Amino acid sequence: LRAPPLSAGRAGLSRAEPRAEEEPEQEEADGSFQLYPGHIPTSPLQKALLAAGSAVVALCDPYRHDMVAVLGETTGCLALPNLRDKMKHDPEGYRILQERPRIRLSTLDMDRLRGLPDGTLGREYVRFLEDNKVSPDTRMPAKFVDDEELAYVIQRYREVHDLMHTLLGMPTNMLGEVVVKWFEAIQTGLPMCVLGAAFGPIRLNARKLQVLATELVPWAIRSGRNASCILNVYYEQRWEQSVESLREEIGIFPPP
Amino acid sequence: ARGLAAGPETHFGFQTVSEAERREKIYQVFENVAKKYDVMNDSMTLGIHRVWKDILVHKMNPSPGTLLVDVAGGTGDIAFRFINYVRSVRERQLQQKLKRHQNLSWQEISKSYQEEKVNPLGDSQVVVCDINKEMLKVGKQRAQHLGYSEGLSWVLGNAEELPFDDDKFDVYTIAFGIRNVTRIDLALQEAYRVLKPGGRFLCLEFSHVSNPLLARLYDLYSFQVIPVLGEIIAGDWKSYQYLVESIRRFPPQEELKAMIEDAGFLKVDYQNLTSGIVAIHSGFKL
Repeated sequence: LRAPPLSAGRAGLSRAEPRAEEEPEQEEADGSFQLYPGHIPTSPLQKALLAAGSAVVALCDPYRHDMVAVLGETTGCLALPNLRDKMKHDPEGYRILQERPRIRLSTLDMDRLRGLPDGTLGREYVRFLEDNKVSPDTRMPAKFVDDEELAYVIQRYREVHDLMHTLLGMPTNMLGEVVVKWFEAIQTGLPMCVLGAAFGPIRLNARKLQVLATELVPWAIRSGRNASCILNVYYEQRWEQSVESLREEIGIFPPP
Repeated sequence: ARGLAAGPETHFGFQTVSEAERREKIYQVFENVAKKYDVMNDSMTLGIHRVWKDILVHKMNPSPGTLLVDVAGGTGDIAFRFINYVRSVRERQLQQKLKRHQNLSWQEISKSYQEEKVNPLGDSQVVVCDINKEMLKVGKQRAQHLGYSEGLSWVLGNAEELPFDDDKFDVYTIAFGIRNVTRIDLALQEAYRVLKPGGRFLCLEFSHVSNPLLARLYDLYSFQVIPVLGEIIAGDWKSYQYLVESIRRFPPQEELKAMIEDAGFLKVDYQNLTSGIVAIHSGFKL
């Protein structure tokens, strides 16, 4: 724990007062604590406060995507290593961990994907982005995960989320998001997904709740259970594959 | 003069940077936080910052006709309180006048009501000066929203080099701003320059807590809770990390007092608020 550098003209008064015990790793000016670009080291107390605060805000204002992201990061300490191990033990997943592909507008050839035949993963993905007016570049980078590889795992989960929408055929309205969350909760075990799945429906009206409860959620759960780990699919190498065949391969049942 | 290092190296929170870098970084901090500035202040201090600012304006005790410059006045908190204060003093003045003259004609009574309407502030004026466009923007919006327009003006300017003539103002205030100035000595010299002879300098700023138990609790709260609040409320951890670090870097009460005296002010004194978490320094140009 270093004392901060003293500026020479301070007339000899020392600023390095009773701070040694008080400031653990948050001095992110210290490069050695920062494990990856954008990493903010946090104490357990800070993580707990972040988890609680982000949960409240995310519930009150579901459009605060940054809070959903923070909740995922601060509560994922058990689920993320689990996911990483699942990836390690699968040949395709292992390759993803090695090569670290990122889904971003700069890395995707949008024109090529748009030119693919209807029904292919690439074409449907682009259609999904355009219909819902979303972009893969709005995903928050990981900040509070204290392991560089796990930070990539959660990043990959976020970037693959839009592909989940495509494969499940769900739009980005509240109902669609809740269904995807149910699927992801089963698949990843991330507490953030579980909380989102459990509390998301609060904002839906009775009619939507009924559809959700009777058709969509059971289907999402069945598919989630049946499917192999969605993080183990190298989507970037499967743009030409048809959505149907990919669904079959992974084990997602056709949407109702 | 005592104060900051002569060379270009200075601090940004706990980092060491050049002076130019520091100015740039601080500008960005306030650009980022401007929209959530007031919400964050309420959350971090649990609303107590309002009391501190009230105390500052009460200590100032401005009479109608006072010309105030509020430097680093950003979103207008001090300026609005000043206006409220002189408005109520002015009202009381007019009421007293009415009371004293028992045999007033209707003409005289209606004239005094008109005076209140036409000149509710009694020619008092406040100039809000801030270096950051975003903060000024938020301030102007707030003023419009709250209905402040009379006697209020907004100027973009740097505390180290104020865009005003010498000997212009009766009072100079800087509330929670001087900590973000890179050359505090220059800001103090400028304060001296633009004040009229007899004018008063008032500075409200975070300071040092001497009570060791309270200091530990304060440190714990500052470093554990405040950046989290910044992330949750404003989506900006780093700006609030900077904030708590910059408070630790700022000179304590006696040292600031000495710096103010160095700039030429007399009868310099300070008053601790909330056990020294905050202090008001006062000095006169005599």
